[in-house]
Amino acid sequence: MSLESSDVEKIAHLARIEIQPEQVEEYASNLSEILDLVEQMNEIDTNRTETMAHPQDTALRLRDDRVTEQDMRSRFLALSPASETGLFLVPKVIE
Amino acid sequence: MTVLHNKSIKELSASLKAGEFSSVELTQYFLDRIQADEQLNCFITVDAGMSIEQARAADKRISKGDMDALTGIPLAQKDIFCTDGMLTTCGSRILYNFVSPYDATVIEHFRSAGCVTLGKTNMDEFAMGSSNETSYYGPVRNPWDTDRVPGGSSGGSAAAVAARLAPAATGTDTGGSIRQPAALCGITGLKPSYGRVSRYGMIAFASSLDQGGPMTHSAEDAAILMQTMAGFDERDSTSVDQPVPDFSATLDADLHGLKIGMPVEFFNADLDSGIADIIMTALKEYEKQGAELVEISLPNGHLSVPCYYVLAPAEASSNLSRYDGARYGYRADAYTDLLDMYKKTRAEGFGDEVKRRIMIGTYALSAGYYDAYYLKAQKIRRLIADDFTRAWSQCDVIAGPTSPNTAFKLGDKTDDPVSMYLNDIYTISVNLAGLPAMSIPAGFDAGGLPVGLHLIGQYFDEAHLLNVAHRYQQATDWHTRTPEGA
Repeated sequence: MSLESSDVEKIAHLARIEIQPEQVEEYASNLSEILDLVEQMNEIDTNRTETMAHPQDTALRLRDDRVTEQDMRSRFLALSPASETGLFLVPKVIE
Repeated sequence: MTVLHNKSIKELSASLKAGEFSSVELTQYFLDRIQADEQLNCFITVDAGMSIEQARAADKRISKGDMDALTGIPLAQKDIFCTDGMLTTCGSRILYNFVSPYDATVIEHFRSAGCVTLGKTNMDEFAMGSSNETSYYGPVRNPWDTDRVPGGSSGGSAAAVAARLAPAATGTDTGGSIRQPAALCGITGLKPSYGRVSRYGMIAFASSLDQGGPMTHSAEDAAILMQTMAGFDERDSTSVDQPVPDFSATLDADLHGLKIGMPVEFFNADLDSGIADIIMTALKEYEKQGAELVEISLPNGHLSVPCYYVLAPAEASSNLSRYDGARYGYRADAYTDLLDMYKKTRAEGFGDEVKRRIMIGTYALSAGYYDAYYLKAQKIRRLIADDFTRAWSQCDVIAGPTSPNTAFKLGDKTDDPVSMYLNDIYTISVNLAGLPAMSIPAGFDAGGLPVGLHLIGQYFDEAHLLNVAHRYQQATDWHTRTPEGA
């Protein structure tokens, strides 16, 4: 599997990671090598194999629908790069 | 004070109880050792004042007779466990200023046991690495040879325990991150069964594989830490409600009739002959104790690395999407709009290896590729787990080398991600299957570097694994060897 520059740019955009034009080639080569490794999986026919998502094959537990979290609003806001009047501040998204 | 750093937790605890020294003195002793070390870079954060304060509280408990096995014992915590009021960076720039507002369940357990936190140990960024070189806070060096890596991702914990800068430490293991550094640093490491130790507050890398565990001088110490770490947790949706046995009670059990499986795929021509000799010698010791060696096969094991490098990056790309610069951690200085803020924050906040894995995961999960990569890998995972299920009809534990090589030089594998990944060929299948496994010191190669024996157990059979490891450590002294200067 060999990724093109345009593939790398698309993946980086989906992953919300800025990459510089001069880095594209190195990413393409590194990521292609990893995909080559991964493609060894294709030597095995898995048409009749079931997927496995959890080592014990248990379903996720459900809990009672009641409030268990404490109010930690002020501690969380204190961690943010920018906040004001109880809100996280980010650049304007709606004109 | 006399030499305390080679003492077992049991010995330290007995001395605390007898009043031979206080937890404050013991804690200061290890803080002095940490401060005196100028080379290893084991710790990202040390807060001596806070440690001493915790030790004082422990001394108060001890004086009242309110004491259990770990009260007053100082421990190093991997910087992946959230600790209330203390920096938790996960080895990343993106969390360079993150002071956790809450404790991980594991930390909460240690706190209520009266343990002292010596500091937060260095690690590969977001636990992605096998050499501790991806840390934003600089590499850790191996105390056996400071030109070499300690392994990873729990490299700071492994090096700290090996250099006797801490009586014991915690680690986490997603594909070998407790066992491989334990092997490369000559210490004991246990990765519990998936679901045994709560992942709540343990910063997520690959949620279906991550598991916390102890890194110690011996199996005896590991049993003591496990007793505090293990247990069902409502707050971790994948925590498994299984009874927690007394891990120390069965350490001495006789090994007569124990069947040890030797996977033919591990003992093939590719295995370094020096490491093979050491592992065979260790297995002969088990034969002497009445165990029987059985040849087994794990035919799909060679697909574990390819399978892992779809599943782990896929889960990571999803888990790490939360680091966006909006609510906590690093935010880029200059940006034009929200999208640009995300992209620049993540470009500057994450290191190369983390970015590579996020991008592989993003690709594997993207439209048109999901079936070919993610679903395929989940099916291969089933085949790998089934190999073990078949093996358990022939044997009780499985043994082999932990790592295909001993500690390598810093910089040796940093330019070649795939060759770095292959360091975990023996450990990854265990995470995919969710089984418990240990690495214990079994000798030294021709260059004087430690070699680890890998022991794999059945689901929730940690007590048995610890027993098998302990019996070996009763008959050998590899686990008591320390690097020069320690």
